[in-house]
Amino acid sequence: MANWIPLWLHKLSSPPVFYRFAGTLRPWAIALALVLGIVAMYGGLVLAPPDYQQGNDYRIIFIHVPSAWMSLFIYAVMGIAAFIALVWRIKLAEVVAMASAPIGAAFTFITLVTGSLWGARMWGTWWTWDARLTSELVLLFLYLGVIALYHSFEDRRQGARTAGFLALIGVVNVPIVHFSVNWWNTLHQGSTIRLLGPSTIASSMLWPLLTMMAATKFYYFASLFGRVRADLLALESGKDWVRQIAENEVRR
Amino acid sequence: MSGSLQSFFAMGGYAAYVWPAYGVFFTVLLIDWLAPQFRRRRLLRDLRGRMARQNARNERTGRKSTAST
Repeated sequence: MANWIPLWLHKLSSPPVFYRFAGTLRPWAIALALVLGIVAMYGGLVLAPPDYQQGNDYRIIFIHVPSAWMSLFIYAVMGIAAFIALVWRIKLAEVVAMASAPIGAAFTFITLVTGSLWGARMWGTWWTWDARLTSELVLLFLYLGVIALYHSFEDRRQGARTAGFLALIGVVNVPIVHFSVNWWNTLHQGSTIRLLGPSTIASSMLWPLLTMMAATKFYYFASLFGRVRADLLALESGKDWVRQIAENEVRR
Repeated sequence: MSGSLQSFFAMGGYAAYVWPAYGVFFTVLLIDWLAPQFRRRRLLRDLRGRMARQNARNERTGRKSTAST
């Protein structure tokens, strides 16, 4: 492997460099998220036909499923970042892991609430202790536990490492959420979208779903960059580069 | 036109479920988006305050030392 890649990564993990890097990418990420989100909503709410069984109620899918995917994706990112933070003690990895937790919790909360609104009419109940629902609720508690543990330490870096450890243990729950619909045959339906083999969903409903998935991914990176920037300023507030930013923002 | 718009908002009788779902989605993400921006602004404001106090203290002690010599 060319040795400029580790060198570049090493440089990027320096807080002032990443602060600037994130600041440059953040507007692009949020712009893409907004454009893709609007396109997906037009496709999902206007262009896609009503479902032959569920009528228009199924349109909740276009936010419910992308949010559920993000709740797992963000947990995986948090787990990897926590692992890197614990093994190599890289400050940026700690910050990325801890900044991911609230965003993941937000998406998990959205998944549970939108699912509840969907289930209210289609299943006739707001909540049931179905395997998928229960494991997703556990996911929310894991996120909240990580956030609470992180904030219960005076020393932010110590808190990040301890909470990172909890995040790492909780990774076990990710495959449980994912496979719960196959392992336990309860109320929640199985996947209709497959990476291998044909998806069992009409293409007029599939493309808005995939577009919204892309939109929520870009949103996550935009939000993550914003949170990481704020956290880096807080962690390095004694350093010159942060003081310069504080002075420059006054002049503007 | 207004009829089709009305039927769009009616969501085939599921308006009370579809629109709150979208409302929650956007409200939660908006809060998630704004929270770190406010935090960043507050952090920089606090830091500027600390820097100003530090500068003032340095000036005062500096003047004192010149007066005593």
